[in-house]
Amino acid sequence: MRVVVLGVGNILMSDEGVGVHAVTALAERYDFPDSVEIIDGGTSGMDCLDRIADSDLLLIADCMRKSGKLPGDITRIADDEINAWFKTKISPHQVGLSDVLAACCFHGISPKKVVLVGVQPESFETSMELTPTVAAVLDQVVERLVAEIAAMGVNATRKAA
Amino acid sequence: MSKRITIDPITRIEGHLRIDVEVDNGKVSKAWSSGQMWRGVELILLGRDPRDAWAITQRICGVCTTVHAITSVRAVENALNLEVPVNAQFIRNMIASAHALHDHIVHFYHLSALDFVDVVSALKADPEATSKLAESLSDWGMNSKHIMAQTKEKLATFVGSGQLGPFANGYWGHPAMKLTPEVNLLAVAHYLQALEAQRHASKIVTILGSKSPHIQNLAVGGVSNPIATDSQSVLTVERLLAVKEHIDALAEFTRKVYLPDVAAIGAFYADWTQYGKGITNYISTPDFPTDSKGTQFMVPGGHIPDGDIANYKPFTQFGDQYLRDGVEESVKHSWYTYSKPGALHPYKGETTPHYTDFQDEGKYSWLKAPTFYGKRAQVGPLANVLCGLAAGHQPTATYANQMLSTVSTLLGSKVGPEILHSTVGRHAARAIRAGVMAEVLGQNWSMLIENISKGDTTTFNKPVFPKGEVMGFGMHEAPRGLLSHWTVIKDGKIANYQCVVPSTWNAGPRDENDEIGPYEASLMDNPIADPEQPLEVLRTVHSFDPCLACAVHVQDEDGHEVVQVKAL
Repeated sequence: MRVVVLGVGNILMSDEGVGVHAVTALAERYDFPDSVEIIDGGTSGMDCLDRIADSDLLLIADCMRKSGKLPGDITRIADDEINAWFKTKISPHQVGLSDVLAACCFHGISPKKVVLVGVQPESFETSMELTPTVAAVLDQVVERLVAEIAAMGVNATRKAA
Repeated sequence: MSKRITIDPITRIEGHLRIDVEVDNGKVSKAWSSGQMWRGVELILLGRDPRDAWAITQRICGVCTTVHAITSVRAVENALNLEVPVNAQFIRNMIASAHALHDHIVHFYHLSALDFVDVVSALKADPEATSKLAESLSDWGMNSKHIMAQTKEKLATFVGSGQLGPFANGYWGHPAMKLTPEVNLLAVAHYLQALEAQRHASKIVTILGSKSPHIQNLAVGGVSNPIATDSQSVLTVERLLAVKEHIDALAEFTRKVYLPDVAAIGAFYADWTQYGKGITNYISTPDFPTDSKGTQFMVPGGHIPDGDIANYKPFTQFGDQYLRDGVEESVKHSWYTYSKPGALHPYKGETTPHYTDFQDEGKYSWLKAPTFYGKRAQVGPLANVLCGLAAGHQPTATYANQMLSTVSTLLGSKVGPEILHSTVGRHAARAIRAGVMAEVLGQNWSMLIENISKGDTTTFNKPVFPKGEVMGFGMHEAPRGLLSHWTVIKDGKIANYQCVVPSTWNAGPRDENDEIGPYEASLMDNPIADPEQPLEVLRTVHSFDPCLACAVHVQDEDGHEVVQVKAL
C-alpha cells in the first residue's frame, strides 16, 4: 500500500495555494506510517512523476473553480471524473498534473486510484495568506484528507499539541 | 478584443501568454505578445529578510523553482560582497545543470516536439525500418526493432483508449507536418524514454537539493546542508555516488538520443531555418562558477551585438558592470505606471499596476519591456551557444560541430552556424547546450569529490547585513536564458526587489521606442497555411521555450478574431 498526498497550487496567490497549505497542515498535525508520502507540489508537473507513479492512491488537494459553488465550498471528485475534468480544462501541451497522469497512463504506471479534494477559491490576489473564507475551511480540508487516507485502511496518528 | 484567460485548477505556470498575430497573404504581418497575468512577487518581498527571499521567489513558477532560488541568493551575496565556499558552488552548479537538462529534455520531447511530430502517423510506421533509421543515427541501446514494435503497440492501445492526454488536440494530419511515419515512431519511442531520462535529472536535484520540487539545500552564503563522510542526515559520499549513476545515465541520453533526434527532425524541417530569426542582439551570462568570488566560469556569456560574433563582448564576473549598467525596463506598453517618464533601471524599478484594455497601439501586457543599452535583446540557449562559439569555448564548439555535421549529412549539403538564427535553430542550440550541461554536471561532481577528499567540507559563509543601504544583483543562465534578480537592502530588510526573467526579455511587448520584442519580431513573415490551425505560430513561439500558458489568437485580414487556440 502506497499513498501519495499531493498539495498543488501557488502560495503567492492567496487561495490558489490552498492545496499546499492543506498538506502542510496535514503533515504538521498528523503522523503517518512510511507508506504515506506527503508532497508540497507547488505548481510543478513532471518533477512529481516519479513519486506519483504506481501509487495505490494519489490524493490531490487543490483549489478548484466549479460553477454554482461558493468560496470555501469543498468538492470531491475521483477517477473518471478527474480525467473528464482535466480533459476540458487543460491546454494540450502543458506539462501540468494532467499530463503527468497521462504520461503515467501511457507508461502503464498510473496510480490505482486518484481522488481530488478541491476548495472553491475566493481570490487569487498576490498574497501569501489565504482569504478568511478559505482559511476557515482549512481544518475541514485536512480532516477530509485524513478520512480519504483512512478509507484506504491507513490510519493517521494525531501529534501531541 | 482583450480576453482574460481563465486560470485552470492545475494549469499554473508562471503566467499566461497571449499571442495575437495578423495574417496577410498567408504570412504574419503584425504580432503582439502579451503576458496576461500580473506577477506581483516583488511587492510580497518588500520589508522581508533577504535570507528568506530565495524560498519565496522559487514559488514564482513551478517549472523554474531552483533557478529563481539560486539567482536570489546570488543577488543578496552580490549586495554583501559575500564569498561562497567552492563546495557550495559545485553543489549549486550540479543542481542548476541537472535542472537545465531536465528542462531542455522535457521541453523538447514533451512540450514542443508535438509541433513537428505527428503521433497518429506513427501508427503506420514499420518498426524494422524505424530501428534501422535510429541505428544509423546513434549507437543508443534502446533503438531495436523489438522496442519500436512495442512502442507502436503501446501507442495503439493508448490512442484506442481515447485518453490522449498530452497528445489531445494535436494538429494531426496538418499540411505542415512533414516527418515520415518511421521518424514519427522514433520520436514517440524517445518521448517515452525521455520520461525515464528526466527522472534521473529529478533524482539529482532531489538528492542534492534535499527536497523537490522546491529545494531546501540553499542559503545566502552557500548551501545549508553540511557535508560529512559518515552521517546519514547530511550529504554523504554514499549519496554522491548515487548521484553519479544518475549523471551518467542522463549524459548518455543527451548525447545518444536528444542531440541526434534534434538533428534528424531539424533536417526534415530545414525550411524552418528560414523563419523565426527575430532580434539578433543577444545577451547571455557566464555561469557555473568554480571560485568563491564568482570570477571563473565553466561556461562563458556576454553580449553579441547584431548577431555578429566578431563583436562579442564578454561579461566577466558576478556583478559585471557592463551588464549591470545596460539594463532598463520600459512600461510604455505594459500595464504599469512609473512615477517619472522613460525606462527605469531595475534598482530604481517600480511595480505599480495600471490595467487598461488590450490596446494594439497602447498598453497590452503585464510584462515589462527590457532593453540592453536601449536595444531589445534575445536571451536563451541560442544566445548562450553563440557566446560559447564566440569565446572559443571547447565543449560548445564540439557539440555545435556535431549537430551541424549530422544535419549537413542528412541534408546532403553543408550548413554552418548561420542556420541557428531561426525557429528550428533555437531547438538545435538548446540540444547543443544540453550536451555542454551534461559535461558541466559531471565535472562539478568530480571537483566536489576531489575537494572533499582534500579535507575541505565547508559549505557556508555566514552573511552579515550592514546598517544602511546596499544593493546587488544575481545573474544565472537559466534554461530559458539570462535571469537576473535585483535587490536593494536597507538595514537588513528588502527595500526593493525586481526579477528580470528570460521570458520578459523574449516575450516583452513594444518598448519605449515602440520597437517590437523578440517573440513579436520572430513571428514576422512566418507562413500560416491554415488560420484555423496556426501551427506555425506555435512552432516559433515554442522554440523559445515559453514558460507561460499560452493562448494564441489569430485574426483574419479584416481584424476579426477567427479562432482561439489554447496551447503551450
